[in-house]
Amino acid sequence: MANNTYDAIVVGSGISGGWAAKELTEKGLKVLMLERGHHIEHVKDYVESNKPSWEYPHRGGRTQKMIDEYPVLKRDYPLNERNLSFWAVDKDSPYVEKKPFGWFRGYHTGGRSLMWGRQSYRLSDLDFEANVKDGIAVDWPIRYKDIAPWYDYAETFAGISGSKEGLPQLPDGQFLPPMDMNIVEQTVAGRIKEHYNNKRTMIIGRTANLTQTIPGRPTICQFRNICSNGCPFGGYFSTQSSTLPAANATGNLTLRTFSIVTEIIYDKDTKKATGVKVLDARTNEALEFNSKIVFLCASTFNSTAILMRSATDIWPDGLGSSSGELGHNVMDHHLKLGASGDMEGFEDKYYSGFRPNGIYIPRFRNLPGDEKRSYLRGFGYQGSASRQGWSRQVAELNIGADLKEALEEPGQWTMGLGGFGEMLPYHDNKISLSKDVKDKWNIPVLEFDVEFKENEKDMRKDIVADAVEMLEAAGVKNVKGYDSGCEPGWGIHEMGTARMGRDPKTSVLNSNNQVWDCQNVFVTDGSFMTSASCVNPSLTYMAMTARAADFAVKELKKGNI
Amino acid sequence: MNRRELLKMVAAATGAAMIGGEFLLSGCKGNSDAAPVAFTEENIAFLDEVAETIIPQTNTAGAKAAGVGRFMTVMVNDCYTKDDQEIFHKGLNILDDQCNKMHNVGFMKATPEQRKQLLIAVDKETKDYIKKKADAENVQDQKEKQGQERNTNDFKKQTLPNHYFQQLKQLAIFGYFTSEKGRTEALRYTPVPGKYVGVIDYKKGDKAFAGLT
Repeated sequence: MANNTYDAIVVGSGISGGWAAKELTEKGLKVLMLERGHHIEHVKDYVESNKPSWEYPHRGGRTQKMIDEYPVLKRDYPLNERNLSFWAVDKDSPYVEKKPFGWFRGYHTGGRSLMWGRQSYRLSDLDFEANVKDGIAVDWPIRYKDIAPWYDYAETFAGISGSKEGLPQLPDGQFLPPMDMNIVEQTVAGRIKEHYNNKRTMIIGRTANLTQTIPGRPTICQFRNICSNGCPFGGYFSTQSSTLPAANATGNLTLRTFSIVTEIIYDKDTKKATGVKVLDARTNEALEFNSKIVFLCASTFNSTAILMRSATDIWPDGLGSSSGELGHNVMDHHLKLGASGDMEGFEDKYYSGFRPNGIYIPRFRNLPGDEKRSYLRGFGYQGSASRQGWSRQVAELNIGADLKEALEEPGQWTMGLGGFGEMLPYHDNKISLSKDVKDKWNIPVLEFDVEFKENEKDMRKDIVADAVEMLEAAGVKNVKGYDSGCEPGWGIHEMGTARMGRDPKTSVLNSNNQVWDCQNVFVTDGSFMTSASCVNPSLTYMAMTARAADFAVKELKKGNI
Repeated sequence: MNRRELLKMVAAATGAAMIGGEFLLSGCKGNSDAAPVAFTEENIAFLDEVAETIIPQTNTAGAKAAGVGRFMTVMVNDCYTKDDQEIFHKGLNILDDQCNKMHNVGFMKATPEQRKQLLIAVDKETKDYIKKKADAENVQDQKEKQGQERNTNDFKKQTLPNHYFQQLKQLAIFGYFTSEKGRTEALRYTPVPGKYVGVIDYKKGDKAFAGLT
């Protein structure tokens, strides 16, 4: 079985798995990266990436048949004709919903790094200190200074465009040049700044799209804004465009697809993992691979599910369950609410190109020194201004050439803001292995028992009201607030279930993402999050994965693990 | 489609949602038992003429040249619920009857001017109907808010059916501006812009940009 032995095994090939593979191989380890789904080759397999609207029979939309076949994906934007092949097939990926939970997954090389929203923000000490200050859950075992150099490192390699703003709640980073705001965004940003006396800021989004070339990435973003079909120019960060080529270049990487990790092999004498058991998704063949360390990067929930299925002879609830926190404290961001309206004037200005990015309004509620709201934590907004396209209604022009000619031109300016709110970590928001439902590989599926609670519901009132107020203060007319309702999961920012902490009695991982109970197993996807912040989390997974890989290799060299 | 595009569509806040809900959302129940009524070549010719009346040939191609009639049948068969399919099919006869009433001639034999006059009248009737429907739904929404706990689906919203001409007009505009002719002739098609410039001058008559999506 010598050929089944590696220095490290990385489970998963998405944002975290790709980073783990890159870092560990670059440090000289022989790495096996296991991906449960099929392979998607960079550029070659992006079959939808150059397809114009008219080549889709339904011009990108969804059919009744798709709606019937995808009871989960249909709940939000993932169900569409353009990149359906990038989303895990509902019927092959069942789970049980004790309460509604939308789980949108990408089971293929690259995972959701191919379809992600690419918004990239740093957490700050406002986030890392939040739990201990609020007396909620447990304290993060790290502070901003611990992760800051790793944010620098991750941003420099991933290529994040953005502007430096000097905001304590949204630290600046190593940015490529920012994208432009259009004329109405510039105007609204200026008016918000003035109206709120610099207490609220609207900035250009920080996004993992290249505005300048960086080493290994010779082509910048082409401003087509169809990133989620895969980019033939490699214009945005994904496993395929960035970490996988780097890992491959070392000659130390083996990638095995169709490899479902069923459990971690735990040796109770050494108290270490010795490798993983794998089920080949196509042949059902059972395999074992051995390694000195294991990085779980299978995505939040799936990494935890692997832990739950491991070492059950010692811990009935699985490896890492001794604290009673494994599977608990599920978090997401809550969204689908905000406001929009019309901006009069500016008819002599327009913009060119399709910007894969919008504006961002960083958190401004419950900051230190401000009045306390009725809820804890806060929210940010993403949004944009644009001139309306042909889908607008043109009230006075009903039918014929006048209507057509009007629709050939851009319409009036509109501006919209959509909120992203922090969700608190609640012990009773949890996942567990189903006792009776199994998937087609005979693996027990996950059961979700997760809900938003009063803090989130209270916060939503402010998210709508503040959006309306800010747009009106900025001179936007006909402002309408909306709250379309939200299920946990729709943020596609799943977090928690194997949280980091300072005490093995109350947390699953220590400050280096090591499982307390098994220190050569590291969990570096969203499972480790101790609290959710309100910013998009992927950049934090990149930084923490690189940090944990650095630590792991040092420990390995010292003989500590 | 990504989250930002979705936000933009919500932001557009058009008077009536796209029938079929294809691009927006969720919640709608699928009707897979809908056995599509076959469209005939006559139907397609009829739909081409209706679409051409809404989006005529000018110095750029019209809806007929863009193949919008056939596209409409694909969307109705694949994306509409059974109820909306029935409304659409009946609507073709209603429109022809309306034409007979107004001009003493069926739609296919009517002149372009007669067709336009008819559709202007039907469009007005449709707008009134959409407003009535929206008002009724607002009342329902209020009741729902008052009477319903969050996260339960017991409350069945009673809504008025869609209007056939709303379907026809939406599909004509959607079909045309997502077609090759629509995008490359009626809009400034730029599949690979290469850069984004936040502020450029615009003068009336300049066409809107259109990309791959």
